[in-house]
Amino acid sequence: MEQSDRGYSVRVPGREGETPLLSVRGLRQYFRVSRRFTCKAVDDVSFDIYRGETYGLVGESGSGKSTTGRSIIRLYEPTTGSINFDGMDISGDMDAARRGQLHTKMQMIFQDPMASLNPRRKVIDTVAMGLDVHHLCSGREDREQKVYSILEKVGLAQEHANRYPHQFSGGQRQRIGIARALITNPDLIIADEAISALDVSIQAQVVNLMKDIQQETGTAYLFIAHDLSMVKYISSRIGVLHLGHLVETGTTEDIFNAPVHPYTRSLLSAIPHTNPIVEKHRHAVVYDYESSGINYDEGTYHNVSDTHAVLATDAEFEQWKKG
Amino acid sequence: MAERSRILKVRDLDVSFKTTNGSVSAVRGVNFDLYKGETVAIVGESGSGKSVTVKTIMGIKSNNESIDSGTVEFTYNGDNGETVTEDLAKLTPREMQRRIKGKRIAMVFQDPMTSLDPTMSIERQMCEGMRYHFKMSRKEASQRALELLQQVGIEDAEKRLKNYPHQLSGGMRQRVVIAIALSCNPELLICDEPTTALDVTIQARILELIMKLQEERGISVIFITHDLGVVAKVADYVNVMYAGKIVEKGTVDDIFYDPRHPYTWGLLSSMPDTSTHDDRLYTIPGSPPNLINNITGDAFAVRNPYAMNIDFRREPPMFRINDHHEAATWLLAEGAPHVEMPETLKRRIEKAKKEAEEYGAV
Amino acid sequence: MDETFNPAASAPDDFRPATGDHREEEQKAFVNQSYWHDVFHRFCANKGAVIGLIFIVLILLFAIFGPMLSHYSYRTVDPLSTNLKPRIPGLEKLGIFSGYNDSVSTAYHYFGTDNLGRDLFTRVAQGTRVSFEIAGLAVLCDVLLGVVYGLVSGYFGGKVDMVMQRITEVLNSIPTMIVVTLLLLIIKPGMGSIIIAMMLTGWINMSRIVRAQVLKVKEQEFVLAANTIGDTNRNIIFKEILPNAMGQIIVTFMFSIPNAIFMEAFLAFIGLGIPAPMASLGSLINDGYKSAMIYPHMILSPVIILALLMLSFNLFADGLRDAIDPQMKQI
Repeated sequence: MEQSDRGYSVRVPGREGETPLLSVRGLRQYFRVSRRFTCKAVDDVSFDIYRGETYGLVGESGSGKSTTGRSIIRLYEPTTGSINFDGMDISGDMDAARRGQLHTKMQMIFQDPMASLNPRRKVIDTVAMGLDVHHLCSGREDREQKVYSILEKVGLAQEHANRYPHQFSGGQRQRIGIARALITNPDLIIADEAISALDVSIQAQVVNLMKDIQQETGTAYLFIAHDLSMVKYISSRIGVLHLGHLVETGTTEDIFNAPVHPYTRSLLSAIPHTNPIVEKHRHAVVYDYESSGINYDEGTYHNVSDTHAVLATDAEFEQWKKG
Repeated sequence: MAERSRILKVRDLDVSFKTTNGSVSAVRGVNFDLYKGETVAIVGESGSGKSVTVKTIMGIKSNNESIDSGTVEFTYNGDNGETVTEDLAKLTPREMQRRIKGKRIAMVFQDPMTSLDPTMSIERQMCEGMRYHFKMSRKEASQRALELLQQVGIEDAEKRLKNYPHQLSGGMRQRVVIAIALSCNPELLICDEPTTALDVTIQARILELIMKLQEERGISVIFITHDLGVVAKVADYVNVMYAGKIVEKGTVDDIFYDPRHPYTWGLLSSMPDTSTHDDRLYTIPGSPPNLINNITGDAFAVRNPYAMNIDFRREPPMFRINDHHEAATWLLAEGAPHVEMPETLKRRIEKAKKEAEEYGAV
Repeated sequence: MDETFNPAASAPDDFRPATGDHREEEQKAFVNQSYWHDVFHRFCANKGAVIGLIFIVLILLFAIFGPMLSHYSYRTVDPLSTNLKPRIPGLEKLGIFSGYNDSVSTAYHYFGTDNLGRDLFTRVAQGTRVSFEIAGLAVLCDVLLGVVYGLVSGYFGGKVDMVMQRITEVLNSIPTMIVVTLLLLIIKPGMGSIIIAMMLTGWINMSRIVRAQVLKVKEQEFVLAANTIGDTNRNIIFKEILPNAMGQIIVTFMFSIPNAIFMEAFLAFIGLGIPAPMASLGSLINDGYKSAMIYPHMILSPVIILALLMLSFNLFADGLRDAIDPQMKQI
C-alpha cells in the first residue's frame, strides 16, 4: 500500500506557516480477523492538529474514530501511514527516548468512568502514575504536592486523594482521569468519548473544565465524540469520519453552516433540537452508503474553501457543491 | 378535541431497595397520568428514579425491591370488551404475566444487543408472545410476524425472520424489539431509553417509526430518556424527575418554552444547542444525591443556585401554574422573590420561539 | 396542586436566599466503604458458608492442639490396649462411648485405639495436621506456579499464549493418577515426595482461571491507561491486573484445598501415602479399613473428620465465591 494523503491540503486560519503539533497522513489501521476478512477500521485518514486548539473527530459507531485515537497514541501498531508529533515520527519503531516523549507529552482520557480507574488503587496512586513511571518527582512530598495541585485544578479536594474509585460518582471519576492525564503536562490530550457515558448536566461540567484547562495550560485536544452539539461547543475544527474514511473536514462554522458531503448533511439533520414545535415538523435526511453509489476509496480531497475539504470524486464534488 | 380518556393513574408511588448499607428510596411519592393516544416523556438523569418507576408499572422488580405505598391504576379493554380498571401494584406476578405483560403493556428496553435472545431465531422470538397470549398456531403467528417486520420498516422481512440476532445491526434489532412489543396489540408501550445506545442517524429513524406506529394504532406511549432533544421530538407531555420525585410536569411546550423549576433550567442550559455561541455552558454544580440518606426539604436544594432557606427545611409541594403545568419549587409560592431563569437560557428560548413561529403559533 | 400553608407556621426568613454552607451535604453522598466490606457482608449473609468456616476453624484447632493436649503420643505402641472402643468420660455414663474390650485397661481413649494400641484421638489429630500440611504446601506451590503462568500467558497473548496453552493441554491430558503413581513408585513416599507428586498437575487449573481473569481485565480501560502512560509490562501485570484477579485466585485456592486433601487421602488409601508410624487421614482410613467390619470405630473417626473437612471447605469456598463475585440473582 502506498502512502497517500489523497491531496489533503487544508489551511487553518491564523496558523499559516506554523508546524502542526500533530500531523497524520494516510493513516490506515487494519485488523486481520480471519484468513478471508480484514477489518479496515481506519482507511487512509489525514488531518492536522495545531498547538492549543481542539480538533473534534466525529462519527458514528464503526466509523473508526476511537481506533484513530488509539493508533495515534500507539496502543495499536498502525498498518501504514505517517504520524508526526512535535517534530518526531511516531508511526514506526521508536527508541526509548522517543517513547518517553510520547508517553509524557501525549495522554488519553477514556470513555467509561467505571472502568478507566483501577478499582484497587487509591486515587493518589492512579493520578501519580505518570510521575512514577517517568521519575518526574523528587520524593514523597513532591509527589503528594503535585497530585494535590492537579486535583484542585480539576475541581476535587485534597482529601479525595486517599479514597478509592468506587467512592466517587461518574463525573468525579472522569475528573480523576483528567487529572491523571494532566500530571505530565502533555501537549496533546486525546479525549476518547470522554463524556459520552456521563449524565447531561455532568457532561457540561466536564466540558467546561476541559475548556478552562486548555485556557490555562495551552493543551491541544483531539476530541472524539458522536454527540455533535458538544463537539461544536468545544472544537474549533472538525473532521467527520464514516466507515474509516475522513469524508469532510473544516472549521466548526464550515461544517455546521455549510456541510457539503451527504453523510455530514444527514448527520446534522438527525440531531434533535430542543425546540418542540420545530422538531416535530422536521424530518431527518436519510443517507445510505450502500445504495448511494459513492465509493470512498475513489475519492480525493477537494477544497470547498481554504479551510474546508471534502472527500469526493470530481463529478460528485460538482454535484454536491450545488446542493 | 376528542374526549381524553385516562388509561394510567399513578398516585403516591414509593419504591425502595434494601442494600447492605440501608434502605434506598428510589421513588418518593410519584404522581402522574397518561391519556389514551398520547406520549408522556419522563426525563431525568441517573438516580432520578425514572427507570424504577416504569419497571414498577410493568411489574418488574428485583428481589430487594419493594413497593412501599401507592397505586398504579391501569384502565384497559378486558377480554370480553368491557373496560377494566386494576391496581397493578396489587396484582400477583402470575396475574401480571397472564393479563398484562406483553398483552396490554409492552416494553422496549435500552440495549438492543441484549434485548434479544442470541440463541433463538427472530421468528421464534416474535411468535413466542403471540402464541402464549393468543394461543395462535405456528403458521398464523409467523404470518403475523412477517407483517409486523414489514410494518417496522425492515426490508427483506422473510429473510430476516430466519436470521439470528447477531446477524442484524443495532438499528434493525431495535426495530425487531419494537415489533415484538407490538405483536400482541398492547394499549400501552413503555420505551426505556430505546435509542440511547444507537447512532444518531439511526435514532432519528427509530423515533420516527415509534411516532408513526403510535399514530396508526392509537397506543399510548411512556418514553424515558435523558435527552431533551428526543423529548422535544416525541412527547406530548413531559415529567421531569429528580431524586425520585417529579419536580415539574406539563405539556412539551410548557417545559421547553416556559420552564419554571431551577432543575429544568439547569437541564435545558446544560445542553449545547447547535446554535450556542456562548463561551461557557451553564452547568448545575455537584452531583445527584445519594438516596440512602433521608432528605429534609428539597432534594435539589444543595445544587440549586436559587435556593432559599425554606428549601432546606420543607419539601415543596406541587404548585399549579395553569391547567396543564405544575412545578414543585418554593419559587412559585406566594411570598417568594421573583426569580427569572438564567439570561442565556432566556435568550435561547426567545430564539427558539422565533424559529417556531414559522410552523404556527407557539 | 395549590398549597395554602399558614405563613405563621413558617419562619420569617424562609424566602431568603440560603447561605452557601450546605455544600458539605454533598460530601455525605458517597459512603466510605471498601470493597472487602461489601464482600464480608455478603459472606456473612450466607449461613452455609459461615457454618463451613466455623467447622474449618474447629477442625484446625483440633489438629493443632489435639496432640498437645492428649496424654498419649501418636506413635507409642501399647500391646495391652489394642482395639479399644472409644471411651469418653461423662458420656460413658449414658451407656455410649463406654469402652469395653478384651483387655484390662482402664484408661480413657476418646476415639479408641487401633490394632497396635495407639490412641486414635492423638493419631487422628496428628493425621489431620499432616493432611493439612501436605495439602497446604501442595496447593501453595500450585497457586504460585499457576498464577505466574496464567498471568504471563494471558497478558502477552499471541504466540506466547498459544505455546503456553498447548503445553498445559498436553500435560493435562496425561492421567494424573498414573503420573503420580509412577512417580511415587520410583521415589519412595514421604512428605516431600507426595507434595511434589500432587503439585505436578494441580497448577494447571489455577493457571486457566487466572488466564481467563487476565483476559477479562486486560481490555479494561485502566489497563489501557497504564499503557498510554508508558508503564512497564511487569508493573502492569503485578500492580494493575493481579490485584483485580485476586478474588478469583483466593476462591480457587480455597477450592483446591479439599481436593488436595482428598487426593492425599486417596493416595494413602491405595498404599502410596505417608509411611508408618506417621499418620495422615488417608493412611488412618487405610489402616482402619482392614478391620472395619469388626471394629468400626477405627475407620469412623478419620472418615467423619475427612468428610466434615471436605464439606466445610466446599461450603466456605462456595460462599466466598458468591460474596466476591455476586451473580445477578434478580429478575
